[in-house]
Amino acid sequence: MTALMTGTLPLPYRVVRTADETPDTAGIVLEPSGTPLPEFCPGQFAMVYAFGAGDIPLSVSAVDGHRLTLTVRSVGAVSGALRNAAAGSTVGVRGPFGTGWDVPADGDVLIVAGGIGLAPLRPVVRRVLAARERYGQVAVLIGARGPRDLLRPGETREWQEAGARVLTTVDRPAQGWSGDVGVVTMLLDRAAVAPAGTAAFVCGPEVMIRATARELVHRSVPAERIQVSLERTMHCGTGHCGHCQLGPLLLCLAGPVVPWDRARPLLSVREL
Amino acid sequence: MTTAGQQFLGALSAAHRDRLLAFARDRSFPAGARVFDEDAEALRFWILRSGLVALDAQVPGQGSVVMETLGPGELLGWSWLFEPYRWHLGAQVREPVEAYEFDAPPVRAAIEEDPAFGLELTRCVASVAIGRRLRACRIRLLDLYGVPHVPSEGSPA
Ligand SMILES: Cc1cc2nc3c(=O)[nH]c(=O)nc-3n(C[C@H](O)[C@H](O)[C@H](O)COP(=O)(O)OP(=O)(O)OC[C@H]3O[C@@H](n4cnc5c(N)ncnc54)[C@H](O)[C@@H]3O)c2cc1C
Ligand code: FES
Repeated sequence: MTALMTGTLPLPYRVVRTADETPDTAGIVLEPSGTPLPEFCPGQFAMVYAFGAGDIPLSVSAVDGHRLTLTVRSVGAVSGALRNAAAGSTVGVRGPFGTGWDVPADGDVLIVAGGIGLAPLRPVVRRVLAARERYGQVAVLIGARGPRDLLRPGETREWQEAGARVLTTVDRPAQGWSGDVGVVTMLLDRAAVAPAGTAAFVCGPEVMIRATARELVHRSVPAERIQVSLERTMHCGTGHCGHCQLGPLLLCLAGPVVPWDRARPLLSVREL
Repeated sequence: MTTAGQQFLGALSAAHRDRLLAFARDRSFPAGARVFDEDAEALRFWILRSGLVALDAQVPGQGSVVMETLGPGELLGWSWLFEPYRWHLGAQVREPVEAYEFDAPPVRAAIEEDPAFGLELTRCVASVAIGRRLRACRIRLLDLYGVPHVPSEGSPA
């Protein structure tokens, strides 16, 4: 097997453009400078190198052939370097890694996103809305810290126009915010989906994921129909280093997208 | 979600729901209406059928700060059930509201007279309204979407 096939060799990708989404988050569009990586599926992640700084896992927030869109929030050295990458510069990319979202062909769909967690869920929303007539109720619930932390409000308005019920709430409202205030789980009762026939997708900080999944199960959404995207430190991405271990799972292979019936017992174990 | 079970009225048994609704009248509030003010006597409460209400507090130098919003199916107000029967926060309508409105004194009297009704209603207020909001509030205290915590030297591992 070649290094390319095993995902150990970063390939050069050119930064086509970047766009600020919030004060600390940018969308970055990349295209291969030479040989492309295999196509990514929504939910999968790449290991992205900022040369001289290091590499970090980032989920794809849009896939267009071999063009990748990533959404990166600056929280440290590598994410900061990538968030500020200039158009025309080169980054290294390995992947695709991990499991993708399993998007059903019909039924009700509920998407619950917290903060930057909306980015990996964007392709799910787009896929469902591209075939809107096949689905029942489609609800997208979004939680963020404050109004200025909401990713691409223009795009979420388009989703609403395309037939999704989009509800947004913030933890810390600013002057002039006239929408909901509170955690995203408080929006669940307004989602208007039928619990038993719903496929739910949840991504965000882990505490938010756990609270949301528990509330969904409490409302009779089957645990195996709730998919969550989990984060652990990733290093190799190929199942060799063990950094991403969660109980018996290596999340770079068996995750990051995991059904809640599998994730639940593992997340209730205290970290050592 | 269409499971009424999580909404306030859906959490009551049919008999006790009917009993409570016998005290209700329909009430509308336009956007911007002030429903109650902090520290005023809690003489009424509402179950929202549509619209959005903000719970707020007056903070010196910042004016009215919104703590939380309540939407369809939710109970607006629980201070009417517990002494000293005064509102802890204020409430202002954000999106026009249709609601069931209740006078608190007769409902409190029914709670005293009928322990089974009283227990179920109190349990429902505690779990669906207060418990859920407390859990939500605790999660917000974690400031999950803030910049990740970078452990400093000497801080507990
Ligand atoms: C599968 C997967 C997909 C991800 N997708 C995205 C994405 O699409 N967009 C995005 O912006 N980020 C994403 N992340 C998180 C991203 O990888 C981290 O923010 C990044 O590794 C931080 O590295 P750094 O060198 O910039 O900061 P560091 O200096 O390594 O860390 C800075 C601070 O961030 C904290 N931190 C590091 N990693 C994480 C993490 N995974 N979760 C929470 N806090 C963390 C550290 O504890 C530290 O306090 C993803 C993570 C995983 C595992
Ligand atoms: S990241 Fe190395 S085993 Fe998963």
